[in-house]
Amino acid sequence: MSFIEWAVQASVFIIGLSILIIFLRLVIGPGIEDRIVALDLLSANAIAFIAVYSIQKNTTTFLDVGIIVALLAFLGTVAFGYYLGRRQKHD
Amino acid sequence: MIEILSGIFLLLGTLFILLSAIGILKMPDLYTRMSATTKASTLGIGLVLIGTGIYWQDFGIASRAVAIIVFLFLTAPVAAHIIGRAAYFNKVPLCEKTKTDELGDRRDT
Repeated sequence: MSFIEWAVQASVFIIGLSILIIFLRLVIGPGIEDRIVALDLLSANAIAFIAVYSIQKNTTTFLDVGIIVALLAFLGTVAFGYYLGRRQKHD
Repeated sequence: MIEILSGIFLLLGTLFILLSAIGILKMPDLYTRMSATTKASTLGIGLVLIGTGIYWQDFGIASRAVAIIVFLFLTAPVAAHIIGRAAYFNKVPLCEKTKTDELGDRRDT
């Protein structure tokens, strides 16, 4: 087992572990803002997981999926923030 | 040689991603959590994508990786600012150890 294979295996394991930890914060987060931040970080970790997974499976098609996930995560976070700001104005 | 360099970049980025995950779990309030996730996770993903780009040694893959990195570096501060501003005006509580809260009680006016 060469160094790059070992590094890819360790990276997949550790990124999966951190996705689990972020999911814990998504479940216990006290307010809706904590959950939005956790969702943003989950999608960012999904990009890193896709990049490592493309090395592990020896295909390069997955990186396009990473671009789409980055776009959609930013749009979702901005939309959530916009509606949070409007909720405060109507109270 | 290239593979060893790529593996080092991957492991370093993975370490920063793990640090940001620990930060979002252990930090005391929303604003410090957002600080941990925005900075550490952006750096970690950038390092992982650099490692991927130099592993394949292909111009198309490298340009895709650079595109994702530039997009993340542009959008992560904007998204964090929007969420933080909405949370601050929605009166999400600050940590007890906060030294300066410049608006304080005047944030409604």
